[in-house]
Amino acid sequence: MSERPKDDRPRNDTPPEQPAQPMSGDQPQQEPPFEETPDEIFAREEEPVEAIAAQPSPQQQAPGLLRVLTGWARENLFSSAGNTLLTLLCLWLLWVAVPPFVQWAFTGAIWSTADPALCRTAEGACWAFIHDKYRFIFFGLYPYTEQWRPVLAMALFIVLIAISCYPPFWRWWLALAWPLVLISCAVLMWGGVLGLTFVPTDAWGGLPLTLILAAVGMIGSFPMAILLALGRRSELPAIRAVCVGFIEFVRGVPLISVLFMASVMFPLFLPEGVTVNKLLRAQVGIILFTAAYLAEAVRGGLQAVPRGQYEAADALGLGYWQKTGLIVLPQALKVAIPPLVNQFISMFKDTSLVIIIGLFDLLTTAKTALADPQWRPFFIESYAFVALIYWSFCFFMSRYSLFIERRLAVGHKRA
Amino acid sequence: MRASAPSLPRWPSSAGILLVAYLVSNTLANLETRNIATGFGFLQREAGFGISESAIPYNPANTYFRALAVGVFNTLKVAVVGIILATFIGILAGVARLSRNWLVARLATCYVEGLRNIPVLLQLFFWYALITEGLPGPRQALNPLPGIFLSARGLKLPEPVWQTTHAVMLVVFLVAIAVAWAIGRWAKLRQDRSGQVFPTLPVSLGLIIGLPFLVWLLGGAPMALDVPALQGFNFVGGVTITPEFTALLVGLVLYTATFIAEIVRGGILAVAHGQTEAGLALGLSRGQVLRLVTLPQAMRVIIPPLTSQYLNLTKNSSLAVAIGFPDLVSVANTAINQTGQAVEGVAIIMAVYLTVSLSISTFMNWYNRRIAVKGGR
Repeated sequence: MSERPKDDRPRNDTPPEQPAQPMSGDQPQQEPPFEETPDEIFAREEEPVEAIAAQPSPQQQAPGLLRVLTGWARENLFSSAGNTLLTLLCLWLLWVAVPPFVQWAFTGAIWSTADPALCRTAEGACWAFIHDKYRFIFFGLYPYTEQWRPVLAMALFIVLIAISCYPPFWRWWLALAWPLVLISCAVLMWGGVLGLTFVPTDAWGGLPLTLILAAVGMIGSFPMAILLALGRRSELPAIRAVCVGFIEFVRGVPLISVLFMASVMFPLFLPEGVTVNKLLRAQVGIILFTAAYLAEAVRGGLQAVPRGQYEAADALGLGYWQKTGLIVLPQALKVAIPPLVNQFISMFKDTSLVIIIGLFDLLTTAKTALADPQWRPFFIESYAFVALIYWSFCFFMSRYSLFIERRLAVGHKRA
Repeated sequence: MRASAPSLPRWPSSAGILLVAYLVSNTLANLETRNIATGFGFLQREAGFGISESAIPYNPANTYFRALAVGVFNTLKVAVVGIILATFIGILAGVARLSRNWLVARLATCYVEGLRNIPVLLQLFFWYALITEGLPGPRQALNPLPGIFLSARGLKLPEPVWQTTHAVMLVVFLVAIAVAWAIGRWAKLRQDRSGQVFPTLPVSLGLIIGLPFLVWLLGGAPMALDVPALQGFNFVGGVTITPEFTALLVGLVLYTATFIAEIVRGGILAVAHGQTEAGLALGLSRGQVLRLVTLPQAMRVIIPPLTSQYLNLTKNSSLAVAIGFPDLVSVANTAINQTGQAVEGVAIIMAVYLTVSLSISTFMNWYNRRIAVKGGR
């Protein structure tokens, strides 16, 4: 099989936990630990643990818990003078930072009050702000009485994602569930049928909007990225030039300028009287931008497919699309999973940029909630709250990428 | 043998040309109805808006061209300072994550995993709010060291009053760098020839730091400082680091450094352990193994993704528009709002960023070739 590309390494190697082993081969057991040098750090991964386990030292009969702990501490925290100094420095940092944080975030915090003045005198965080404003932060300007609809839509969507994440559920009915759920989400959000009142996209906001931008962005940019990556490797000069030009151009400019283009320039291109919805314009901008980055990830995967695979497909008499669809892409995409997920994560975070063209995504609602003069001083609470939401989604995606990579055995160990 | 290239129909290209022609005609019609001029003539007109901080002299009577130049310089300022700081913090955090010290490794992991998964724009808003809302006003400014004031208006530092001695110091400093470089070359050649080791690093450092210091002493040790002082509602004198710049820099650096940390960690882990052992077996010291064996190989893995992080930082500096730092995007945005010439404005933004991105990647590619395996592959 192919080597996997280098660029996915940083995200996926969890630091090895086993203690380092002294390096010279002659007396591997009794050597005192060296000073902290990077060489030894590198040593950790490669040395087999069994070598230590095979020869138990005489003192090791039935060690008590305390002894295990002190042994562990000596090994990992106080192995040398420099290390001890570092440990003490870290402990001091924690001592300075953690108790005041706990005091601020939990013990001294005010969890619910209708009176902001009470919060101003409190010692800790004012979670009452979140308590007061969470409906606005989550749903923006969506009509208050109709907010069960985005809740339901999000729940449907998240359940669908959760099911799709679990490989045993990868059956034919999942392919059917996706369009079904997406259509019902759209019906729930827009309304206008089945007795639901119509809610225009201008009123959408908060977490549903962020999720829509991200999900539609992923679904829309992925096929485009595959076409761009294939085009970049095409043998037709015109197609190759267009694809290379698009990819390099988009990757060279900031997302903000693409969004500006979508919001300021795009209306100029359209005939008189035709307007395109602001959300759609931002969405198209995000799709185009993400597609260029995803295309490079897919190209990395395509390059990892050995030449023999192409030749074998040619020898079997397959046409271009058969060869690509049946032989090349399945292998290429498998290799490209880690960088693809990384791009999805950064795209999810980048949806927050739509604040600049005035869409009410999760970050915008959090910022707008602060405009209420009564609650103005509590910006830390507001930002911490939405940061936690973003963080959970991104962290889940990065962990899932590790899981699926192991599951598909992309990251098989090199000899 | 069968040609592998498919024969595609010709209609897409002609349809594409028609579509472009249609869009151009629409645009021209729209511009005409809205009374918007075309072309870059507006660059020579008076801008008429102020810019809060600029590296070159600027006032509202200057042209749009000069205003945009101010924006470009501000963008470059953030990018250059940010790249240097992020590299430094990133390497530190990356090595810390691999530390044998459990506590250090955990703390570094918390930092990397924590900040990496939060949108950078949110972090910018947070830092900006922390500075402008969290810090006291100028009258109650924090005064951690004499002459240094920290308030919601930013950081005020004393500024040395410029004298001839300083100019001479600068020249001597540059000369010392050149001499240190020459000594390094000479020491390497001598070591290759005779095996004698020359203490290049201490000597170079001594030259680069010592010589300007000597000049400073000889020049009578000029100590005159322009210390900021509170006058009325604000400070006068000294240099100001604005809250906008500080928030942008802190946010971008801390965010980008997490990615650089992961790249550095991956690069170090990618060097085979046999390389270290071989170096030790040759009788090199641990420091030499790190410097001569491990790092050069790790660099080959590190440089390409590091380049894209530098590019990301530069492009993310455009988020300055959200917190009011007058970078290129922010200035161009104002110009677009005033003149209505969106096409030209966005074209200028994109052209500048493309130039900067291409310059950075050209430089990094050159550096990458320099450290690549010679004659390999």
